[in-house]
Amino acid sequence: MLEIIIKLSLLVLAIAMLALIYRVIKGPTTPDRVIALDAVGVNLVAIVALLSIVLKTHAFLEIILLIGIIAFIGTVTFSKYLEKGVIIERERDN
Amino acid sequence: MNAIIEFLIGFFILVGALLSLVAAFGVIRLPDVYTRNHAASKSATLGVMCILLGAFLYFYHLEGHFNSRLILGFVFLFMTSPVAGHLISRAAYHSGVPLWNKSVRDDLKRDMKKASAGNKDDLKKNNKKKALVSK
Repeated sequence: MLEIIIKLSLLVLAIAMLALIYRVIKGPTTPDRVIALDAVGVNLVAIVALLSIVLKTHAFLEIILLIGIIAFIGTVTFSKYLEKGVIIERERDN
Repeated sequence: MNAIIEFLIGFFILVGALLSLVAAFGVIRLPDVYTRNHAASKSATLGVMCILLGAFLYFYHLEGHFNSRLILGFVFLFMTSPVAGHLISRAAYHSGVPLWNKSVRDDLKRDMKKASAGNKDDLKKNNKKKALVSK
């Protein structure tokens, strides 16, 4: 029963990711694409968790934390670029 | 006891997957960046947290393995996902992405106008002070 539920959830997550990728491709503005990519990263975390249940191993659980951190850093960087035009600012002299 | 735990695991995982699906449909169907961001940042976060909780219960109960990284990922997602949503929404507003054409209120625009007017007043006062001092 649990196995069926987990496989069904994997299917549902895959459909959700397809929907988000549609928004990445079509999205009229850049922030749209960034939002959709961030959501793709968050869904990827869920897929890794479910996959490690299916494979009955806990070797992949570090990947969850890693994907979460990288998705956050990427989104912050992109929003800073969109807002200011630079990512790492130069220091002021005065 | 075992059956109850298995039911809980299945429930959390299914609810999480359905919440993620709802988030994705919101991202497709809603009309502008801000509403899409609203859907993506809240619903997807809750869905993934439900799934991670289910996975944690699975590994803890059925394999006897207490995995602290799942809890850490859980807490990290809960802290960072709304912040990322806020940052990208703010960047969208300041880079001039328009609101939906049927939205009726834009308080941030009004407040920014007020703030810039206040700055101008301050500048005038400062200039007067400087002029007085120089006299």
